[in-house]
Amino acid sequence: MSALTERQRAILIAAALLVACTLPFVLSGFRLFQFTQVFIYAIAILGLNILTGYNGQISLGHGAFYAIGAYTAAIMMDRWGVPYALTIPVAAVLCLGAGFLFGIPALRLEGLYLALATFALGLAAPQVFKYFEHWTGGSMGLVLTKPGAPFGLPLTPDQWLYFFSLAFLIAGFVLAKNLLGGRPGRALVAIRDHHIAAEAMGVNTALYKSLAFGVSAAYTGVAGALSAVAVAFVAPDSFQIFLSITFLVGVVIGGLASIEGAIFGALFIQFVPNWAQDISKAAPWAIYGIFLIVFMYAMPRGIAGALNALGARVSRALAKPPSGGA
Amino acid sequence: MKFQHGRLKLLAAAVALWAGVAQAQTVVGVTATEIKIGNSNPYSGPASAYGTIGKSIAAYFKMVNDQGGVNGRKINFITYDDGYSPPRTVEMTRKLVEQDQVALIFQPLGTPPNTAIHKYMNQQKVPQLFVATGATKWNDPKNYPWTMGWQPNYQTEGRIYASYVLKNVQSPKIGILFQNDDYGKDYLKGFLDGLGDKAKSLVVLQQSYEVSDPTVDSQVVNLKNSGANVFFNITIPKFAAQAIKKAHDIGWKPLHLLNNVSSSVSAVLKPAGLEASKDLITALYMKEVTDPQWASDKGFLDWMAFMKKYYPEGNTQDQFNAYGYTVAMNLVHVLRQAGNDLSRENIMRQAANMKNLELPLLLPGIRINTSSSDFAPIQQEQLGRFNGERWVLFGSIYDSGQ
Repeated sequence: MSALTERQRAILIAAALLVACTLPFVLSGFRLFQFTQVFIYAIAILGLNILTGYNGQISLGHGAFYAIGAYTAAIMMDRWGVPYALTIPVAAVLCLGAGFLFGIPALRLEGLYLALATFALGLAAPQVFKYFEHWTGGSMGLVLTKPGAPFGLPLTPDQWLYFFSLAFLIAGFVLAKNLLGGRPGRALVAIRDHHIAAEAMGVNTALYKSLAFGVSAAYTGVAGALSAVAVAFVAPDSFQIFLSITFLVGVVIGGLASIEGAIFGALFIQFVPNWAQDISKAAPWAIYGIFLIVFMYAMPRGIAGALNALGARVSRALAKPPSGGA
Repeated sequence: MKFQHGRLKLLAAAVALWAGVAQAQTVVGVTATEIKIGNSNPYSGPASAYGTIGKSIAAYFKMVNDQGGVNGRKINFITYDDGYSPPRTVEMTRKLVEQDQVALIFQPLGTPPNTAIHKYMNQQKVPQLFVATGATKWNDPKNYPWTMGWQPNYQTEGRIYASYVLKNVQSPKIGILFQNDDYGKDYLKGFLDGLGDKAKSLVVLQQSYEVSDPTVDSQVVNLKNSGANVFFNITIPKFAAQAIKKAHDIGWKPLHLLNNVSSSVSAVLKPAGLEASKDLITALYMKEVTDPQWASDKGFLDWMAFMKKYYPEGNTQDQFNAYGYTVAMNLVHVLRQAGNDLSRENIMRQAANMKNLELPLLLPGIRINTSSSDFAPIQQEQLGRFNGERWVLFGSIYDSGQ
C-alpha cells in the first residue's frame, strides 16, 4: 500500500482489527469456523508467499508442510496428551527444520524443476503419513478433542478458536513485516529478480534461499497445526495434492509479494468454491475456473495489487501529496 | 375469586400455547409441507466415482416428491461436495446443521469424512443416519446414539469367508491380497478373527497394494508361488479384474474368495473374462444389477424404470445407483414410520425400530432389523458362486447379528 500514508494505513489496520474482533459476537458458529479457516489459510498462504512471491521459488508441495504441522499437533495431543497450545511452536520448529533441509537440495533446482520436485513432496506426504500407522492412525486418522476457552473466558469453542487463530495470524503478519521490510526481505527480492547480481552484491544466495524455504515451511506448519486443532481430526485424505495447488492459487490471487494479499487469497480459496457450488451443482469447478480466469484477467497483480492501485487513485483524487513508503 | 380463576385459566392457556409453539420450534428442519435432509458426497476429487450415490439418492427423493412426498411433506434434499476431504466434510456438515437447519444428515460418504463429523453430530444431537461406509465402528449406540450405519460391515463379511473356509476346505493354505487402507484392513481383520487361533498357521502369505499402483500382477504371482490353495481377494474393481485374469493366465486355480466390493458382473467379471471368473465365491446382500438372473425381477425392473425417468444420465450398469436407490428407500420408510412426529429423537427411535424390513433390491430373504442396542441395519449376507454367467446363491443366509 505504498500509495497510502502511514496514518491512513494505521487507520485501515485498526478498522480491520475492529471488524475482526466484532465478528465472533455477530456470526453463527458455522461462519466463525469458516473464518477461522480463512485465518489458517492466510497463515499458510503468507508462508508460501515468502517463498514464491518474495523469493521466486515455486512450490507445489506446501500441503506436505501443512500436513507435517497438523500431524505434529495431532500426535502430541493424542499420544502424549500435550496441551494444544504447546504443539503449535513445536510444529513451527519442526517445519522450519524440514523446510530448511528440503531447501538445500532445492538449491540445485530452478523454476519448473523445483515445482516438480515439490509436487512430488506434496504427492508423497499423505502416503508417508499413512505408512507410520502406529503414530498417525494410518488412513483412519486421529480424532482430537476440540478445545474450549481457557481461564473461564465466556466464549464458545468456536469463538475461542477464532481468536486463537487470529492471534497467530497477527503475530505472523508482524513477523513477516519485520522480516521482509528489512535486509533479509531485500535480499530475498534481489535473489528473485537477479540472483547473479545479488550474489555480486554479497548476498549469500544459498543461505537465503534455504532460509526462505525454512521460514515458509514454518508458517505453513503453524497453519497445519491450527487446522488440526480447529477441525479436531487429521487423516491423510485431508492433505490431498489439491491442497498444495489451492495454496498457490491463494498466493497468486491474493497478490504475489504482498503481505496483506494473504488475507484476500485465503478469503478466495475458502469462499469461492462454495459460491461456485451454489451457482451450479452440475459443474462447480468450471464456475470456479471462470472465477479464477476473471480474477487473473481483471487483477493481474492479485487482489492486493488491484487495491493498491485503487488506493493510489483515491489518494491522488484527494489531492494529498503521497508521502511515506518506498 | 371468579375473576382470579379466569385469570389463572388464561395463564394456563398461554403457557400451553407457548409450550406448543416451543415444541413445534424444536422440530428443526420440518414444516407442514417440507422436511430438510442434508448430505455430503464426493462429487469431485479422488473418490468421485462414489458421487453417483448422492445423485441417485437425489433422484429417488424427486420421485417420492412427485408421488406426493412423505405424509404430505416434500423432501428437500441438500447435498454438497466435500471432495472426500475430511475438513471440507466438517465445514459442509456444519453448514447443513447450523445454517440450512436440516432435520438430519443422511448417507455422508467415506470412513474418514464420517469420522471427522462423528463427535460433532453426537454433541449436536443430530441424526447421522445410514452412513455410507463399511467400517465397524458405526454400530455403537451407547457412545454414539445419533450415528447409524447401513450396509454390512467389512469385518462381518471377512468372518463369513473364514467360516466357509474352515468348514469346506481340508488343510487350507491361504493367500491374501488386500488394499493397504482402512477398507482392506477391516476385511483382513474380520477374516483373521474368523479363522481364530489357526490364522497364523493357515495363512501362508499376505500381499498388499496401494490404490495408486498400476497392477497387482507380481503380488498374484507371489501368492501362487506360496503354494496357497485358497485366495482371499480384497480389492476394488480395477484390481479385482486384474487379479482374476492374472491368476487364470498363470494357471493358478485356488478356491477364490472375492470381496463383495468387486462383485459386479459388468465392471469386474466381464473385463477379467467370464471363463476366468468361473467358480469365484462372494458374499452378497443386494441384487447385482448386471447379473442376468434378475433381468425380469420386479424390483430390478422398477429400478430400471426409475433410472430411465429420474436419473437418465446415470449408468444402469453401476451398482452404486442401485445402492443409492435402496438406501434412500430405506430412509423414506423410516420417515413414514415416524408419522407426524419428525423430531430428531423420533427419527432415531424409528431408525432403531426396523423389524424384518425387506427392500426390493436386497436379496430375497435379507431382512433389515435394528433395535435400541443394534445400530447395524443389514447384517445378513449369502454366499454366491459364479457359474460363468451369473451368481448362483447357495447355502443358508449368514446372520452376524446372531
